[in-house]
Amino acid sequence: MTRALLPIALVVGVAFAPVCARAESQLSLKSVSVDLPPGDDMFPNGPGADAINNNCLACHSADMVLNQPALPMTQWHAEVDKMRTAYKAPIDPKDVDGILDYLFSIKGEK
Amino acid sequence: MVRDRKQNRVIEESPLGPIDGCHGRRRGDPIVWQSQGSLASRRHFMCTAGAATLTMAPLAAFADPIVKLPLPGGPDERPITTAFPQKGALILQRTRPPLLETPFEVFDRSVFTPNDQFYVRWHLALIPTTVDPNSFRIAVRGHVNRNLSLSLDDLMAFPQVELVAINQCSGNSRGYFQPRVPGGEWSNGAMGNARWTGVRLKDVLDRAGVKAGAVQVRFNGMDEPVVSDAPDFMKSLDIDHARNGEVMLAYAMNGEQLPLLNGFPLRLIVPGWYSTYWVKMLNDIEVLDQPDTNYWTKTAYTIPDTPRADIRPGETDVKFVPISRMVPRSFITNIKEGDTLQVGASTLARGIAFGGDSGVSRVDFSSDGGKSWQAAALGTDEGKYSFRQWQLRFTPPTKGNQVLMVRCTSSSGEAQPDTPNWNPSGFMRNVIERTAVVVA
Repeated sequence: MTRALLPIALVVGVAFAPVCARAESQLSLKSVSVDLPPGDDMFPNGPGADAINNNCLACHSADMVLNQPALPMTQWHAEVDKMRTAYKAPIDPKDVDGILDYLFSIKGEK
Repeated sequence: MVRDRKQNRVIEESPLGPIDGCHGRRRGDPIVWQSQGSLASRRHFMCTAGAATLTMAPLAAFADPIVKLPLPGGPDERPITTAFPQKGALILQRTRPPLLETPFEVFDRSVFTPNDQFYVRWHLALIPTTVDPNSFRIAVRGHVNRNLSLSLDDLMAFPQVELVAINQCSGNSRGYFQPRVPGGEWSNGAMGNARWTGVRLKDVLDRAGVKAGAVQVRFNGMDEPVVSDAPDFMKSLDIDHARNGEVMLAYAMNGEQLPLLNGFPLRLIVPGWYSTYWVKMLNDIEVLDQPDTNYWTKTAYTIPDTPRADIRPGETDVKFVPISRMVPRSFITNIKEGDTLQVGASTLARGIAFGGDSGVSRVDFSSDGGKSWQAAALGTDEGKYSFRQWQLRFTPPTKGNQVLMVRCTSSSGEAQPDTPNWNPSGFMRNVIERTAVVVA
């Protein structure tokens, strides 16, 4: 099966120039209504878990953070600052230290 | 077709006009989480075979719900998800807003990436989940003679064009940067190649009549930030680029309407440029007489203004400029890291290559860690912006550990480098890929 790939691709390729005007398509676009997974899992327990759960999950799911590599504290500080300034995350100032504690406890480059 | 200023303003104020559902929530709203789509509805929307998809092998069944991505330092495990509408098995990088990666074995099956396994990347969490193509309108406004509000039928009355082009995230392969950098920790699957059908942006701009003094064109889609004063996702192109006759508004992808998560009903196609410019659910085109200063064009998605966007970690006093054209890459798709090859046996190596913003001139392969190279045979040329398949046979001469390498040289003479680039955003990786194997 795998060796047949190139010749088959060749047959398809002949039918289309890279950019070309073609006859009007028969494509008729159909209405779409979908559901997306909520992504509402909380962060695992740890120091500052309440702070990160209360401030970060409105805009993105926890898995984004859990998939990050270990980073130095200065970099986590910069990330939280970017969320507040560039992306206007309404983080309660008194929760910033808790968020940083949590991030460094699970993803700190020690 | 030409709308007066007042009607156009209505569109500006209600970008979600035909939309009655959204993914995500605003802070303070009562939380009513949606349930996942039923399997039946997902099947209903899965891509039916079009001209291109007929060449695809049947979808593999992924028995293992976890994939291991060899990202240095980890974490290396990601779920394989089938929970997203109109989508098959994808690597889950982030649930909300979705970051879904194409499993790498998909790239071995065809140079065309099937719609249901085409990667997904959203910046903002308020994504319309219901889109009616009959009530959809796109505005063309700003520094033009006539504001337009076009239906999809209006667009389809323009001359139809087709183009095969790669859509690659600026941060594809970010997870391999060392030192590691924050962001979507992609392996190599934040890319895909499709046949796009639609109309030339130039033709649409000509209908509106671009006024003298126009400098850029800004594109906005129907997605919105959860925090209302956060920057809306918009990108701009220089006016000459926007009018080059190649930049497209696409209403079909591999012969089918786009999956919602890939930008249904209309997506900007910017051939040869990174995906950040390919605005999804595009419903607003604004011709500007001043350079765009919005966050996503001017500040985000910038790279060091150095060769290969490469700097030393910690380097300061670096000028940053917006990311733009893609650079050459190539991959082996039929042999995986850690595979065992038979000594003295004729062995097939096969993969994909692309030139970036020009075609593929040649692909060279090494089975001895770069000591010697041989030219690969190239498959069908689907156009200079497409993946191109390559293959060759080689015979591993001796037993032991070995490293396979593949190098693309573009038709403009640009070859992949031996050493990886580094920048703080993890953009534009294109080092020669190395695949360690065991010859036994």
